[in-house]
Amino acid sequence: MREGPGPVHHPAIGPLLGERVLPRIILVLMCLVYFAPFYWMVATSLKTNEQLSAFPPGFWPNPFAWRNYADAVSYIPFLRFFFNSLMLTAGATVGAVISNSLIAYGFSRIPWKGREVLFYVAIATVFIPFPVTLVALFDIFAKLHWINTFRPLIVPTFFGQAFYMFLIRQFLMGVPRELSDAARMDGAGEFSIFRLVILPLMRPAIAVVAIFAAVNAWNDFLTPLIYLSDESRYPLSIGLQFFKAEHTVSFTLLMAASTLVVLPVVVLFLVFQRFFVEGVTVGAIKG
Amino acid sequence: MSTDRRNLRNGLLFISPWLIGFAAFQVYPILYSLRLSFTEYSGFGAWVDTGVQNYTRLLRDPLFWKAAYNTLYYTVLAVPIGVVVAIVLALAMNQRVREISAYRAILYLPSILPLFALSFVWVVFVNPRYGMLSYVLNVVGIPAPDWIGDPAWTKLSIVILAQLGAGGPALIFLAGIRAIPRDLFESAQIDGAGPFRRFAAITLPLITPVILYDVILGLSLGLQVFTQAYIITSTGAVGASTAGPLNSLLFYVYYIYRTAFQYTEMGYAAALVWVLFIVSLALALGVFRWARSWVHYEI
Repeated sequence: MREGPGPVHHPAIGPLLGERVLPRIILVLMCLVYFAPFYWMVATSLKTNEQLSAFPPGFWPNPFAWRNYADAVSYIPFLRFFFNSLMLTAGATVGAVISNSLIAYGFSRIPWKGREVLFYVAIATVFIPFPVTLVALFDIFAKLHWINTFRPLIVPTFFGQAFYMFLIRQFLMGVPRELSDAARMDGAGEFSIFRLVILPLMRPAIAVVAIFAAVNAWNDFLTPLIYLSDESRYPLSIGLQFFKAEHTVSFTLLMAASTLVVLPVVVLFLVFQRFFVEGVTVGAIKG
Repeated sequence: MSTDRRNLRNGLLFISPWLIGFAAFQVYPILYSLRLSFTEYSGFGAWVDTGVQNYTRLLRDPLFWKAAYNTLYYTVLAVPIGVVVAIVLALAMNQRVREISAYRAILYLPSILPLFALSFVWVVFVNPRYGMLSYVLNVVGIPAPDWIGDPAWTKLSIVILAQLGAGGPALIFLAGIRAIPRDLFESAQIDGAGPFRRFAAITLPLITPVILYDVILGLSLGLQVFTQAYIITSTGAVGASTAGPLNSLLFYVYYIYRTAFQYTEMGYAAALVWVLFIVSLALALGVFRWARSWVHYEI
């Protein structure tokens, strides 16, 4: 710590304004801007149709039209879409966790020739824009009769994703080698070492991957749009479009449904906040 | 079996899901579309060889050029604006006030919310009749444009919408800023450098690796922009035959989607895909090469 004479001689009001008040004003303003669309989503979701068409638009619905939520859930097969979203999310999360922990283990805990080169190839694949494979994959899956099933959305997640394997690998590089070596001395096979020694240690990294995989699957739009054609298989991302009837969109119901779709992600974030921050920043440094 | 051989076998065994997935879901489809791009194919029946016809057609296709233009327009705006907004957010998130984690959470959260839902919210938020944005702008005396009805504004409004997601990259910038040794700032302060000078001379050069990362990421996302355009079109005050008013939201991936899955011209769509593949690779390589002149890797 530097105990210089400098700051002591400053008048107290300057730093107080500069370090305590001004940053707070700026931060609060920024947060208001970022929060405004979501405030509007919830406010609109609670308006009656008369309130919606009032001009200027009201900032505080009065009374709250709670029944919009009941209407939104019955206007479209909401529960069916919700269940489908849940299934897709669960499948993709399980796939990401299993495949990426195995792959990351192979890329970090076992020394073998060519490992680094192949790992760089794996990382480089993030630069391949996903739509590049779309047309061909659709045709390939169509020939397998996978269209309109969950398979094109879930099966590929069991084969690893570059970002997640990178994330777990970063974590495993920090686990001391001696742990594996000791187990090898005792004659344990590689898979036993993975399962009994390393896997229990990997839980924080796996949690981060699970959370990101779940959020990404929940948020996915383009893949279900392409592969699912039967209404009974739609997840919420596709199902929300049913609020358009003929030429009008029921905005109040649409906002109520949007609130319900956003809510699980918000809850997940509030519960697992720490993991989100870790997940975002692990890839960052030296990324 | 020697240790090396056994390790090689085990290593390959563990990464085999990736090896298989890489071959089956990336290499094979890309080669498959290359072959497909020289044919005419509707999704059923046989592929009919047409040589380079799809590629020559593309050069004369006004919608191809429109889609390419829209996508570049969006990317050229969204990438630099995204970097600047993310850095500004990161600087704000780096303030030392007690309740900073609450501010961070609010600024970060929108970046993980589903884009399809955000797009619906955006449609309502900027609506001239039901929306908040136009109303607030009018109150402070700024004439509000018709954000999603006027073709001159649709892309800009999507660029603004994308900034709701800046909290994710901002966290990465924040980690980069916090990794800078504190005494660098302190000695600069003693030498009389103000906050702007300290940012330009210390912070900015030391976060250039993160800037590169964000530019590459933004470039890739920019070239893939689709969901927002699709949803804004689907809420359809503007009719579904064009993508946004006057096709102003016809982005490249949207055009691929329409060509392949609505017009079922799989061969032509595959040619469009290959152009995207080549352009994406070229841009990424170009940025890495260019970055050598401005990215600093050591402190």
